Amino acid sequence: MEQQKEAGTIGMWLFLLTEIMFFGGLFLAYSIYRAKYPDGFLQGSHLLSVPLGGLNTVVLIVSSLTMAMGVHYSQLGERKKLLGFLALTLVLGSVFLIVKYFEYKEKFEHHLFPAYWTYHPAADHPPTQYHGHVQVFLWIYFMMTGLHALHMIIGIALLLVIMFMAYRGKFTKEYNSPVEIFGLYWHFVDIVWIFLFPLLYLTGFHVSSGGH
Amino acid sequence: MASEVIAQTEEPRVTYLNAGHTVKSWLLTLDHKRIGLLYLFSISVFFAIGGIYASLIRLELITPQGDLMSADTYNRVFTMHGVMMIFFFLIPSIPATLGNFLLPLMLGAKDVAFPRLNLLSWYVFILGGSLMLITIMTGGVDTGWTFYPPYSSIYSNTQVTLAGVSIFITGFSSILTGLNFMVTIHTMRAPGLTWFRLPLFVWAHYATSLIQVLGTPVIAITVLALAFERTLQIGIFDPKLGGDPVLFQHMFWFYSHPAVYIMIIPSMGVVSELIANMTRKKIFGYHFVAFSSLAIAVFGFLVWGHHMFTSSQSMYAGMVFSLITYAVAIPSAIKIFNWTATIFKGSVSYDTPMIYALAFIGLFTVGGMTGLFLAALGLDVHLHDTYFVVAHFHYVMVGGAIIGYLGGLHFWWPKITGRMYPEIWGRISASIIFLGFNLTFFPQFIVGYLGMPRRYHAYVPEFQVWHILSSAGASLLAIGFIMPVVYLTWSLKYGEKVGDNPWMAAGLEWETSSPPPPENFTYQPVINHDAYEFENVKEIKEAAAREAALQTA
Amino acid sequence: MPEQASKFALEVDLFYIALWLMTIFFTVGIVAAIFLFMVKYRRRHDGEIPEQIEGAMTLEILWSVIPFIMALGIFAWGAKIYHEMYTEPKEALEIFVTGKQWMWRAQHPDGQREINTLHIPVGRRVKLTMTSEDVLHAYFIPAFRTKADVVPGRYTTTWFEATKPGTYHLFCAEYCGTQHSGMIGTVTAMEPGEYESWLGGGTKEPPAVAGEKLFSSLACSTCHQADGKGRGPKLVELYGKEVKLNNGSTVTFDDTYIRESVLDPGAKIVENYQLIMPSFRGQVSEEQIAQIIAYLKSIGPKDAGATAAKPAAPAAVKSAAAKPAAVPSAKK
Repeated sequence: MEQQKEAGTIGMWLFLLTEIMFFGGLFLAYSIYRAKYPDGFLQGSHLLSVPLGGLNTVVLIVSSLTMAMGVHYSQLGERKKLLGFLALTLVLGSVFLIVKYFEYKEKFEHHLFPAYWTYHPAADHPPTQYHGHVQVFLWIYFMMTGLHALHMIIGIALLLVIMFMAYRGKFTKEYNSPVEIFGLYWHFVDIVWIFLFPLLYLTGFHVSSGGH
Repeated sequence: MASEVIAQTEEPRVTYLNAGHTVKSWLLTLDHKRIGLLYLFSISVFFAIGGIYASLIRLELITPQGDLMSADTYNRVFTMHGVMMIFFFLIPSIPATLGNFLLPLMLGAKDVAFPRLNLLSWYVFILGGSLMLITIMTGGVDTGWTFYPPYSSIYSNTQVTLAGVSIFITGFSSILTGLNFMVTIHTMRAPGLTWFRLPLFVWAHYATSLIQVLGTPVIAITVLALAFERTLQIGIFDPKLGGDPVLFQHMFWFYSHPAVYIMIIPSMGVVSELIANMTRKKIFGYHFVAFSSLAIAVFGFLVWGHHMFTSSQSMYAGMVFSLITYAVAIPSAIKIFNWTATIFKGSVSYDTPMIYALAFIGLFTVGGMTGLFLAALGLDVHLHDTYFVVAHFHYVMVGGAIIGYLGGLHFWWPKITGRMYPEIWGRISASIIFLGFNLTFFPQFIVGYLGMPRRYHAYVPEFQVWHILSSAGASLLAIGFIMPVVYLTWSLKYGEKVGDNPWMAAGLEWETSSPPPPENFTYQPVINHDAYEFENVKEIKEAAAREAALQTA
Repeated sequence: MPEQASKFALEVDLFYIALWLMTIFFTVGIVAAIFLFMVKYRRRHDGEIPEQIEGAMTLEILWSVIPFIMALGIFAWGAKIYHEMYTEPKEALEIFVTGKQWMWRAQHPDGQREINTLHIPVGRRVKLTMTSEDVLHAYFIPAFRTKADVVPGRYTTTWFEATKPGTYHLFCAEYCGTQHSGMIGTVTAMEPGEYESWLGGGTKEPPAVAGEKLFSSLACSTCHQADGKGRGPKLVELYGKEVKLNNGSTVTFDDTYIRESVLDPGAKIVENYQLIMPSFRGQVSEEQIAQIIAYLKSIGPKDAGATAAKPAAPAAVKSAAAKPAAVPSAKK
C-alpha cells in the first residue's frame, strides 16, 4: 500500500513535469512574439475582459482551497466533509468553464477567432493596422487558454470519478492517495492559470490605465 | 527441475508464454513481458516498412538522373523512411521491448509500477502507428522527417496534419513508458538492491526515461502548433502571417536532439551488459559509466542549437552550442574507454552478442567522432545538410542503436523464448551487417564532403560512384537484416532448448527460469552484492567444479 | 576533396583532415586494443572467472581530461573559422539573392540580373544578402566551403572570396519541396576584367535607380519627404543610424528594419509618428524591396561603407567607379 502510494505520487510529479514542458513550449512562443509585437500584444490584451478573467482567477484560487480541504478531510477519513469539499471544487471548476465559454463565445461572435475563415475583427477594435499582430496574440491566447480549459475538463471528469469513489466509501484514513494525487493535478492546473491571467489579460492593463 | 507432480500430469512449467493462449490473453495482458513482445512485434513491422523505404532510396540513387520514381515520390519515400524509423522504430526500440521485458526482472520486481499504464502506452503507440499507416496509404508526407515550416505548414499538399497528429499521439506512448520506468526504478527495487548495485542497463533506462518525460512534451506542442498553423492558417511559424520559421527549428531540436539520446543511451546500456557478461568482468569504472548516462541526458538538453549553425541563429549562440556539444561528447568517450578497459584481462567469449558489442564500440566511435566534425562550427558550415550528416547519423543510429538492439535481442533471446538461436547463423549475419553497413555509409562521408546535399532525388553525375558503392552495401545490409528475422523465427520452434542461464551470466534476470514465470520470481529476491559478481553465478561454479573433477580424473 | 576555390577552402580542408587523423587514431587504437584483448584473453574454459578490476581513478581522469582538452582545441579552431565566415567584410561586392521554389535569382549592384547562375570576380570579397520568397532554402557552394540558409521573412548574409577562375556547383541544401534537387546552378568566378565585360552586356538599371523610381511610384515620397515635413519620418541620411521608437527602444535603420517596415509598418513605429502607413505586402516583390533598400542606402550618410554595419553597395563598387550610374547619390 505504502509502495503504491509512493509510486502514484512520484508518477504524478513526473507527469506534472511533462506538463510543465508541454506548456513551456507555449510560454516560449509567448515571450518571443510578445517581444516581437509589443503593440499587437497590448492591443490584443485590450480585447480580453479583465473582470471575467479576474473572476475566474478568484474562482480557481478558491477551488484550490476547497481541494486542499478535501484532501485534508480524506486524510482524517471524514467522508461527508470530503464529499462536500469535492462537490464545491466541482462547482467552482464548472463555473470557471462556463465563464470561459462565454468569453470564447464573445470572441467568436466578434470574429476574433484567429482562423483564416473567421478572423475579421471590427474596423477599429483593435485598430486596423494591428489586425495582423493581434491575430498572433489571439492564437497564443486561444491555444494557451484552450489547452488549459482542456485540462480543466479532464480534471472535472477525474473529479467525478474521485467523488464517486468517495461516495462509495472507498477512501479511509489509511487509503486516500487517489484524492491526494488528484489534488496535485488540480493545483497544477490552477497554477498554470495564475500565470496565464497576468500574461494574457493584464498585459495592457497598467499601460492603458496609465494613459497611452 | 520440474517436480514429479508436474511430470505425472505432463503439464509443462507455467511460463508467461503459456499462461494463456487466447488472442485476448495477449491483447489484454498486463504482464510487462508480454507487452514487451507486443512491442517487439509492432516495431519489427514498422522497421520492415522503414527498411523497404530505405531500399527504394538506395535503388533510386544508383543513377544520378532520378529515373526510377518521380521527384515527388522520392520526397515522400525519404520522409516516410525517416518518420517510420525514428518515431516508430528507434525511439521505442530498446526501451519498449528489452526495457519492458527486462527492467522488472533486473529489479527483482513482479512487474512495472503501473501495468495498466504500460498496456495503455502500447495501445497509444498502435493508435499513433495506425494513423501513420493511414497517412502512408493516403499519400504520405513529403516534408522530410524534420517538418520544417513554412514548407510543411503552408506549401506542402501532402498529409502533414495527419502525420503530425500521429506523432503527437505516439509521443504520449513514449512519455508513459518513460514515466512508468522511472517510477518503477524508484519504488520497485528488490530489498538490498541499492542504486549502485543496479545493472548499467537500468541506469541507462533511467537516463532515457528522463529525456522521454522532459523532452517529448515539447515536440508534442510543436507538432500541434504546426497542425494548427496548417489548418487555421495562423501565423505561428510562417513569416508571411507574422510567425517565425526559426522558432520551429529551436523547438523541434530541443526535443529531437535529446531524442537521439533516447535512441542511443539504451543501446549503451545493452552494450554494458553484453561486455560484462561476455567477458565475465565487472564493468571497469561502474560509477563513471552510470553517471555518464545521466550526464548525456542532462547536457543533451543544452545542445540543440548545433543543428542550426547556418540557420541565421546568432554567431555567438552558435559558439555556445558548439562548446556545450563538446562537453556532451566526453561522457560518451568515457564509456568507450571503460568498455575497452573491461575487456582487458577478461574471459572473452566470441559468441554473437559479443560480436555485436564490439561492432558497436567500433562503429559508435566513428559515429561519435564524426559528430565532432559537425559540432565544429567552421566545418559544419560546409558539412551541414550534406551526406556527411546522413552518414554520421546512420553510424550512430544503425551502427550504434540498432547494432546494440540486435546484440541485446540475441543475448536475451534464450531468456525470452527459452530457446537458443543458431549461433553460427548469428555470427554470419552479424558479420554481414557489419560489412554491409560500412560499405553503405562510409562512402557517404566522402560524397558528403564533396558537396552532395541530402534529400536530393537527382544529383550531379560525378557523385555516382559513391552512390553505387552505397547502394551495393545497402543490399548486403538488407540481407544481413533479413537473416536474423528468419533464424530467430525458426528458433521459436526448432531452436535448442537451453537452461535458465545459457551464457552463465550474472544478473537477477538470469536467476529466474527461462522463460520466466508470469510473476517473474517464485520467491522474493534479496540482493546483497553489486552488479556483475561472477563468483555468485551458480552455473559458472558448477562448470568449474566439473572441470576440476575432470582434471583430477 | 572538392575543388578549393575560395579563401576558406584551404583552412576548412586542413581542419577536416586533422579531424580525420584524430578519428583514425582513436578508432584504430581502440579497435586494435579490442582485438589484442580478444585474442590474448579469450575464454579458455567454461568455469573461468577472471580477476576483477573495479576501475582506476587516475585513468578515468586521464581519459576525461585529455579528450576534453582536445575537444576544446577543436572548438576553438572551428569557432575561429566560423567567426571569419560570419563577420561581414568591410568592403565587398554586394549581390542580392532571392530563393524561390525552385530557382535562384541574383541581382548585381549595377543592375545585372541572372537566374541559377552567379558570376563573380576572382580576388574580391563578395557578400550575398539573401532572402526567400516562399520556403527555406540554403545557398551552398561546395568549392567555396560556404553555405547559409535562405529564410523567408529575414535577410541572411554570407561572403566569400574566390581564388581561382572556374565554374563551380551551386546547390540548394535546405529541403524545399518537390524540385529541391533541381534547384541547382553554377557559380562562375572570372578575372575582374572579364567580370566587368560580363556586366557590360545587356540593358539594365542599377537597383538604387530602380528603387528611387519605386519610391515615387509607390508614393512613399509623399509622406517620407526629404525635408522631414511629411507625415512619415525623413529617410535621407538615415541609413545605418539608430532610430528611436515610440515604445522607448531603438532600432538600427538597416536592411532588416526597412524590409519589415515596408511589409509590416506596425511592427516598429518611429517615435512621434502615428501608424498610418499601409502594408505593401503582396504589392512589392523581394527584389523590389531590395531596390528600395539600395536607394535608401544611396541617399544615406556619405561615409556609408566605412563601417561593417553598412557596406553600401555603390561605395563598394570600386572598380566600377567609371560607371556613374552605379552611384545614384552622385546623380542627385
